[in-house]
Amino acid sequence: MNAPPDNATGSGDARGYYRRMQAAVEALLILKGVMSAEEVQREVQIMAARTYERGARMVARAWVDPAYKERMLANGKAACAELQIEVGPMHLIVLENTARVHNVVVCTLCSCYPRFLLGIPPDWYKSREYRSRVVREPRKVLEEFGTRLPADVDIRVHDSSADMRYMIMPLRPAGTEGLDQARLAAMITRDGLIGTALL
Amino acid sequence: MQAAEAVRARFRAGDRVRVRAATPPGHVRTPHYCRGHAGVVERVCGAFPNPEELAYGRAGEPALPLYRVRFASRELWADYAGSPGDAVEIEIFQNWLEPAN
Repeated sequence: MNAPPDNATGSGDARGYYRRMQAAVEALLILKGVMSAEEVQREVQIMAARTYERGARMVARAWVDPAYKERMLANGKAACAELQIEVGPMHLIVLENTARVHNVVVCTLCSCYPRFLLGIPPDWYKSREYRSRVVREPRKVLEEFGTRLPADVDIRVHDSSADMRYMIMPLRPAGTEGLDQARLAAMITRDGLIGTALL
Repeated sequence: MQAAEAVRARFRAGDRVRVRAATPPGHVRTPHYCRGHAGVVERVCGAFPNPEELAYGRAGEPALPLYRVRFASRELWADYAGSPGDAVEIEIFQNWLEPAN
């Protein structure tokens, strides 16, 4: 097996090399009886079945229930349990967008994402471009997502560098008073929960 | 999460801290772009096993206090072109933090 390619620019055969390495390590672990192919497949299916709908449900509840919102902002993990949303060992921090502050999430080091809550992250979230640029020039990156913020709104970029995982609570769209939680949840997008989109 | 033998938290929310300007070998989770820079502790997250040890199959104990530190974006990058209130908030382990003036 060749040495890993120089992926300083993220180009070349980096992706192919690491795919081959992952397949080799997985095959060895199965061969040595550390895990079974069925266990791998089961975990893949569980991960793929999680969607951002679980997070949207929490946000919709927080929009209509101020006491739940305060509990969710104080302890995201407990707020999941309150709605019977299983998130395993994940530690969750929910950050509220306001008229003065807009939050957006990144993992500059790799691709940490609240997978136990929201499922698999989008490919752009894992790209070197997003990870290196959003901490450096968030307004430009958000504009490329079609998200324009006024100059008097501060942007906070959250780098998920250790054990915490993040979800954004987007601003509730105007004119939604009286809608029930299911209708509200349907308005919430995955990119809104990451912070690259407004609703 | 509080491990039974966690290192005691040295900082509190609101404390001004500086990230050590070090470049040790091996696996670290402190991004380069904040090393040497000062910020404010936004919250104490609890104590967690040291990832620099976990990466090599060690237990990473005693658990280290983990903080979210808020850095002004214009402090991180001299030519930052955004609002003065823009910030980057990063989780940083206690062994990388010193008190700042």
